[in-house]
Amino acid sequence: MKLIVAMRQLPDLVEELELDSSGKDIDREYLTFVSNEWDEQALEEALLLKEATGAEVCVVALDEPDVDSTLYTALAKGADRAVKLTGIPEGWMSTHDRAAILSAWLAEQSYDLIMTGVQAADDLDGQLAAIVAARLGLPHAAVVVRVDAKDGVAVVSQELGGGTAVEAEIRLPAVLGVQTARQPPRYAPITRIRQAMNAGGLEEAPAAVTPGVRPGLRRLFPPQRSGQAEMLEGAPADVAERIIDILRSKGLIDAGA
Amino acid sequence: MGSDVLVLAEHAEGELAESTFELIGKARELASAWGGQTHVAVLGAPRAAGALGGADVVHVVDHPAVSVYSPEAYERCMLSVLEHVQPKLLLLGTTTPGMDLGAALSVLWDAPLAAYAVGLVAEGDAAVATCQIYGGKLMAEVVLESERSIATVIGGSFPPSPGRSGGAGSTCTDEPPDLGDLRTVVRGVKVPEATGVDITAADILVSVGRGIQSRDNLTLVEELAGALGVPLSASRPIIDQGWLPKAHQVGKSGQKVKPRAYLAFGISGAPEHLEGMRDAELIVACNTDAGAPIFDVAHYGTTIDLFDLLPELSARLGG
Repeated sequence: MKLIVAMRQLPDLVEELELDSSGKDIDREYLTFVSNEWDEQALEEALLLKEATGAEVCVVALDEPDVDSTLYTALAKGADRAVKLTGIPEGWMSTHDRAAILSAWLAEQSYDLIMTGVQAADDLDGQLAAIVAARLGLPHAAVVVRVDAKDGVAVVSQELGGGTAVEAEIRLPAVLGVQTARQPPRYAPITRIRQAMNAGGLEEAPAAVTPGVRPGLRRLFPPQRSGQAEMLEGAPADVAERIIDILRSKGLIDAGA
Repeated sequence: MGSDVLVLAEHAEGELAESTFELIGKARELASAWGGQTHVAVLGAPRAAGALGGADVVHVVDHPAVSVYSPEAYERCMLSVLEHVQPKLLLLGTTTPGMDLGAALSVLWDAPLAAYAVGLVAEGDAAVATCQIYGGKLMAEVVLESERSIATVIGGSFPPSPGRSGGAGSTCTDEPPDLGDLRTVVRGVKVPEATGVDITAADILVSVGRGIQSRDNLTLVEELAGALGVPLSASRPIIDQGWLPKAHQVGKSGQKVKPRAYLAFGISGAPEHLEGMRDAELIVACNTDAGAPIFDVAHYGTTIDLFDLLPELSARLGG
């Protein structure tokens, strides 16, 4: 069985995001890029499937900032192959463009299951898994929290919210948007990542599609702060007192507490 | 060119989702601006149609393959309803069905999609969506001006339509499309296991997020929860790490809570989390990032480090 995990880079959201001069993209110059947290969940679930079935895991990503580190980390964690699709323009890219590039590459591959993160922080025109699936004419499922697969069939838990999940059998090949792996993503020791880097082994292939799909994005802007939170200032002890006063005034804790 | 708006109703065990009424309210507003009608598609729950008084036309597609949500069968049914109604705009929730169908139908029905919408207005012939991007740190204004388009809307963005009783203007039963040879077959529905913890029933919740940094540090929030005699809840990263069981999760994929007080520590406030707790009567948030979206819904906030604040609170409440 062959599994392909599509991963991608995103700006680290811990950082301040500023707009560029066009007002339609963020200024990427000084940003740190990290891998999409949901893609890490997809990779973990794929590696668990590999351990259970002996499947081969191939990771693929577009050549975006710091992607080598994500791909080598995937190799260090146990992926068998890592492929970087090159010739990617800088800046924000629509999911439809991403899907077009990936689908063109996938058309040349053999696979049973394609897995990726359920969503990404900038997938403004929709989530990748279903768009790739629709382009390839494959069945798909979003918000997947568990995958078992054998004999050409995947048994998938798809979460519907509130902890309720549908368990479905999907005839392979299929595309899954993974929300959570059944265990937290494994840790790859830095020494093993370095070993993977020293061994090389990152494959490259040129992206076969020129991006061009832009949703009608007019502008990006910072959300209007509703500013409703009254900020409590002072030393920790003072703020703790204030919070307790607030709870007491609402009758939520005893006056004596 | 069509001027109608179509909403996909979501339901579980015959109960319509609250988000469906929110979408219908917005659909009525947009359809009226464009001089069109509000259509609602109900797949697999024919009796639910009786509660859709807000719709002009309800399209019921009933078939065993859609009695429980399944992406492939729903997709085929929606394509057939879309073909029939030819709406100008399809509205879906940012839910599991909305993420599956919105994205897939934007390819299969060939329509641009605006995802994570929290605002939607008619601007002449176009719909203009305001969407969350980068975890709600920025907003994107997206103009949907083609003759057909799709928006997936975050729950709680619009007031619900009042019409919940009485039938719609008209109800038609659509013949299901060919649902033979489906590659996706539902085996069953799993409801969450009862764990003895019901965070939805608590008056006060002490809630913890990524800012707590490690499993060991959870003792800090456990002490406060213990001092208050209330349960601990958490945002998704804590649950995904396996630090707390799923029953403690607040948010879109966890529980929607409405306590009298929600005390949030180290939670930045991703849209999926806010969806689950924004209706709490009192929200107090502690996060070192003054720009964190949690402060948009909180009543009181502080940027003091939670590692400094939590011991002070516990010491005072511990008695």
